[in-house]
Amino acid sequence: MGRFILRRLGQGFLVVLGVSLVVFVAMRVFGDPAKVMLPLSATTEQRAEFEHLIGLDRPLPEQFVTFIGELATLDFGDSLWQRRPAMEVVFERLPNTLMLVGAGLGFAMIMALPLGALAALRPGGIIDRVTVIGGLVGLSTPQFWLGLLLIMLFAVQLRILPTSGIGGVSHLILPALTLALPSMARMVLLVRSQVIDELNQQYVKTARAKGLRFHQVLFGHALRNVMIPFITLAGWEVISALAGYTVVVESVFAWPGLGHTAIQAIQRNDLFLLQAIVFTVAIAIVLVNILLDVIYKFIDPRIKLA
Amino acid sequence: MSPAADRPLLEIERLEVEFDTRRGVVRGLRGVDLSIGRGETLAIVGESGSGKSVTAQAVMGLIDVPGRIVGGDVRWKGHSLLSRSRARQARDIRGKEIALVFQDPMTSLNPLIRVGQQISEVLRRHLGMTRADADLRVLDLLEAVGIPAPPRRAKQYPHELSGGMRQRVMIAMAIACEPELLIADEPTTALDVTIQAQVLELIAGLQETLGLSVLLITHDLGVVAGLCDRVAVMYAGQIVETGSAEDVFERPAHPYTQGLIRSTPRLDDHMERLVSIDGAPPSLLAPPPGCAFYERCPIAEARCATLPPLIPIPNRTAGSVACWRATTNAWDSASVPPGELRAV
Ligand SMILES: Nc1ncnc2c1ncn2[C@@H]1O[C@H](COP(=O)(O)OP(=O)(O)OP(=O)(O)O)[C@@H](O)[C@H]1O
Ligand SMILES: [Mg+2]
Repeated sequence: MGRFILRRLGQGFLVVLGVSLVVFVAMRVFGDPAKVMLPLSATTEQRAEFEHLIGLDRPLPEQFVTFIGELATLDFGDSLWQRRPAMEVVFERLPNTLMLVGAGLGFAMIMALPLGALAALRPGGIIDRVTVIGGLVGLSTPQFWLGLLLIMLFAVQLRILPTSGIGGVSHLILPALTLALPSMARMVLLVRSQVIDELNQQYVKTARAKGLRFHQVLFGHALRNVMIPFITLAGWEVISALAGYTVVVESVFAWPGLGHTAIQAIQRNDLFLLQAIVFTVAIAIVLVNILLDVIYKFIDPRIKLA
Repeated sequence: MSPAADRPLLEIERLEVEFDTRRGVVRGLRGVDLSIGRGETLAIVGESGSGKSVTAQAVMGLIDVPGRIVGGDVRWKGHSLLSRSRARQARDIRGKEIALVFQDPMTSLNPLIRVGQQISEVLRRHLGMTRADADLRVLDLLEAVGIPAPPRRAKQYPHELSGGMRQRVMIAMAIACEPELLIADEPTTALDVTIQAQVLELIAGLQETLGLSVLLITHDLGVVAGLCDRVAVMYAGQIVETGSAEDVFERPAHPYTQGLIRSTPRLDDHMERLVSIDGAPPSLLAPPPGCAFYERCPIAEARCATLPPLIPIPNRTAGSVACWRATTNAWDSASVPPGELRAV
């Protein structure tokens, strides 16, 4: 197990290195940081000075080596906007994003399993129909619109929750819910169809023929098998949240996490900050993937660690 | 309260099962009568789709949507297994007093659970054993079904076992609570030929040592001959003939049984041509009101358009047939030529 994790960490390191190469090429070879980051009124001398300052006047290979060296020490340069190290900004915002994703998707997962399973017990029954329709609505609702809807309802009309920003638990509820609902819809539908599938498997017939009680068949046998596709989807939701959904949700609720900060960095042409965010997210995704593999290994004995 | 000692263990009476399908209602079982006595071995034979598995599943309470039991009864020691008010008792009986071995050992075990645990689960459910006691008992059971190195095997997962081994695990699971009736639904069909014989031997041996009654479902007549006391022949959701194994094989009374036997290759006489019965069983979506074998029968006549009852065959102790014209050899005396001839 330990060796497996080490190996996956090694592979993850290569992935991050690949990401860094792409970012480097995009920024230094195809892009022009000086043009992006300096105001239009900057003189040629100012531009040259800026390029010299961040090393853009050196040969590309040398720049790449320096770049990698800086990455290794988590030195992404200073955020132009915040006028302090980009990584400092990232470390300040990261916990907010993790809290949002943890609360939102944690809620979605905890709700999706029993709801999906309940619907699957009587396919075509009333609970099933309501769940399926709810699921389809949930997964076709645009997230930004859902966020605005929740704000209108709970913050503007009912005035029981704050509209935006960060604070106590009350600030977390709406953004977490906005992040959760579409993911939950996908998970509920998956759990439902998988439970229906598994309950029709031959091993379930065996379990029933053994005289096991229904809850033993469902929890002891069928749901275990459902956990495999469920974990796959849940992992995908976490990754999608980190890589995209949080950008929308955090922007709608002015939630000071990485996603919102990324948008601000783009608006302010703060390339260094953006770079730092991209790397952090890439590393987070690699770590989530490794975690998924470890979980699979625990659930499914057929998986060989390689 | 105890029912008469000579009463059959299991009685199936006029059992009817239907399946709702997109194409209509499939009448899987159309009034099946069967009984098995203590220590008896009964074989159900018949073509694919004749309702053998559905019969077994109905006994085990495994018929569910889209299927349902629409008529008849299944009684165990005189008590109905189907009545709603006794559903709990029925569940306590299943897996304990009646156990089932399925056809396909590849899919019949949960892939994510150690085989030892899948066996010990039954022990804990029905005998109230502690986990530790059950785990010990599992080793004995694995030994009893001929699995070498039980402590190691018990910890393995189904995918680490061969098909024959898995079927042995299924059997160990089935005999865990020392059942009185073992239902084996084509227990060897999915296995290699060499393994088939071993598994059958195992079942025969267990029957002897444990005094089990066995309901063996198969379409391999060769299997039946050596193993079973009695045979029931199924056709299109009905029983068309029952009798002692010897009677059914040596003196089959129903034209279908005769056709079935004619089409079975015999090891001892390899020059014989294989004869198959022409045609196919009727669709169970709209089964004919009369004899289901009418269309394929060489000696069918007008009265066969009404359903023949399953009645005792004269001069036999325990034999019955559902045929208006039961003869000793329908196929040779027939004016119509028998089915297509194929050289072996
Ligand atoms: N779940 C189901 N849905 C619809 N029809 C079914 C279902 N299960 C069984 N049937 C029908 O019931 C009839 C009897 O099926 P059964 O499985 O008992 O046949 P069998 O005698 O066991 O055949 P085989 O030798 O192939 O196992 C078949 O016509 C089949 O189509
Ligand atoms: Mg079958």
